Amino acid sequence: MPLPAPRKKLSTPESVYLVEVIKGMFLTMSHVIKNIFDQDRFRTIEYPDMRKPMAARYRGAHRLTTRPDGKVKCVACMCCPTICPANCITIIAGEAADDPAEKFPVEFDIDMLRCIFCGFCVEACPKDAIRMDTKIYEINAYTRQDMVHNKSYMINLMDGVKPQAEDVYRSHPEQAPAGYTFDEKPVV
Amino acid sequence: MSFEDVLPYLLVVAKCVFAVAFVMNIVPLLIWGERKGAAYIQDRPGPNRADIMGIRAGGLVHTLNDVVKLVMKEDIIPQHVERFYWALAPVIAMSVALVTFIVVPFGDYITIPVGGVLEQVPLKVSDIDGGLLFVLAMTSLGVYGIMLAGWASNNKFSLLGGLRASAQMVSYELAMGLSAVVIFLGAGSLSLSVIAEQQSGAIWNWNVFSLPGAIAFVLFWIAAFAETNRTPFDLPEGEAELVGGYHTEYSSLRFALFFMAEYANMIVASAVTATLFFGGYNVPFLDGATIRAHSDILVAALGFGAVPALLSFAVVAFKRRNRPFYRAIAADDIRHREPKFWVATWGGLAVAHAGIGVLGLTGIIGASSFGPDVVAFVLQLTALALKVLLGCWIMIWVRWTVPRFRYDQLMNLGWRVMLPLALVNVFFAALWIIVKESLFA
Repeated sequence: MPLPAPRKKLSTPESVYLVEVIKGMFLTMSHVIKNIFDQDRFRTIEYPDMRKPMAARYRGAHRLTTRPDGKVKCVACMCCPTICPANCITIIAGEAADDPAEKFPVEFDIDMLRCIFCGFCVEACPKDAIRMDTKIYEINAYTRQDMVHNKSYMINLMDGVKPQAEDVYRSHPEQAPAGYTFDEKPVV
Repeated sequence: MSFEDVLPYLLVVAKCVFAVAFVMNIVPLLIWGERKGAAYIQDRPGPNRADIMGIRAGGLVHTLNDVVKLVMKEDIIPQHVERFYWALAPVIAMSVALVTFIVVPFGDYITIPVGGVLEQVPLKVSDIDGGLLFVLAMTSLGVYGIMLAGWASNNKFSLLGGLRASAQMVSYELAMGLSAVVIFLGAGSLSLSVIAEQQSGAIWNWNVFSLPGAIAFVLFWIAAFAETNRTPFDLPEGEAELVGGYHTEYSSLRFALFFMAEYANMIVASAVTATLFFGGYNVPFLDGATIRAHSDILVAALGFGAVPALLSFAVVAFKRRNRPFYRAIAADDIRHREPKFWVATWGGLAVAHAGIGVLGLTGIIGASSFGPDVVAFVLQLTALALKVLLGCWIMIWVRWTVPRFRYDQLMNLGWRVMLPLALVNVFFAALWIIVKESLFA
């Protein structure tokens, strides 16, 4: 039979309980008063208006990088679908006769419903063609088909996405470098 | 039939409506207070996203959303319930909570002409001589709502919740009744208006400032927590063990009735406690006659006195626009209206109060026939409302501080601590009264 855990012997004021209750109430009230006068004490972030700055190594949605001439860096070497433990990458390779790379992906699909965000595809890529540095974590759609990100989607993923620094500085103005100006001026 | 013949009846209806409206209007405020209080205790902002035209009103709009949600939701009637009793239970819970309020006086009297004669009409819905007994009777009836809900739901968790509620209420009713005995030993009457009237004038006339009264107050207040099923005594709905307890099977408006009944019970418990121990409607140091005699100067003082407070609110609202939240949202965001709205509101209220102060200075109020009565009514109602809100806030505050009791601890506290203490306190109070009368009479 397991022995009961030893219990601390309560002192007389503790055993009355009411005193300890009132002490606890003073503790919680001190939090209320501090929070009323200084609302920046809150431990919460007002998502979606404010966002937590993501770590530099955060693995978000995948994007495909491009060469200076606008074509994808990917040479359809099949390293990433091979290493992918979730089997979520589908590449259909095509021949590029006029290109020194010789091969390119005709289709490049990632099923985000299967992806486990391990980042192995990024590690395996010899051409730095796939990256997970977008810091996009709101990956959602209305249908299963839309959850499959295709080639053009992943190339243009960062279009219209505000640079991360902007978000960081908005929610944490004290981190912004001196003289940093926002796109839209805050209303006074 | 002239207007003056109908007036007394109209007044009865008006008082009934007022009593119900008083309770029902504080309920949404309390729901807001509960959420916001919990949030602030836990270092988070709480409800603050719903808005009307960009005005979020510190989360007050969420209460409106709740009402809409609960009304629009599907009213599910499970197949296995006892239909009649199941539907009756929330009605009993709510109506009993509202009915208890009728014996609580919310002002001393107003003077109206009846048949050409000026008559003083007491400001309470019903002047029952045994008002205190009525309160105790009604709180006992309140358990029927919960018990019926638990029984008729045909569900073991609900049944356990109902069982716990009835056992708990029976245990704590004794301590509650015995601590109320102390009050009517001193007052010599069971009528709440008599008890309230005896506490008028100086603040130390309040029952809580006598030694047996203070002990009785602590016991009564703890018992009130148990009677209203609030933490640390909320075992009937203990969600960790009993799903939702007695209201597991209820949805939509029926659930809303239970939810509102809990808050209405809190208000009534606070109102009764305020009346028994904290002078009820009495403003400290200002009895009804004093308010009526000096109504002009009081209005002027309060009107001008409120101006600095309201202006400081306006300044706080003006500063709010520099908070990181307002810097983070887009420039054309509708919520940028909010600081401006509050500055305008508090500023407008400050101007209005200055106007009221000027009205007091002119002396119109004291000269009119009904002015002093209105001032007395407003001040006494405000005093009662403040006491009630303070009581409700303490209930909320305790809920988010103290963990729930275990059931055997609850029963031990009720039967082995509070009941003997209350009994000893009754004897002590009797002794106290005898000694006081033989020494000072």
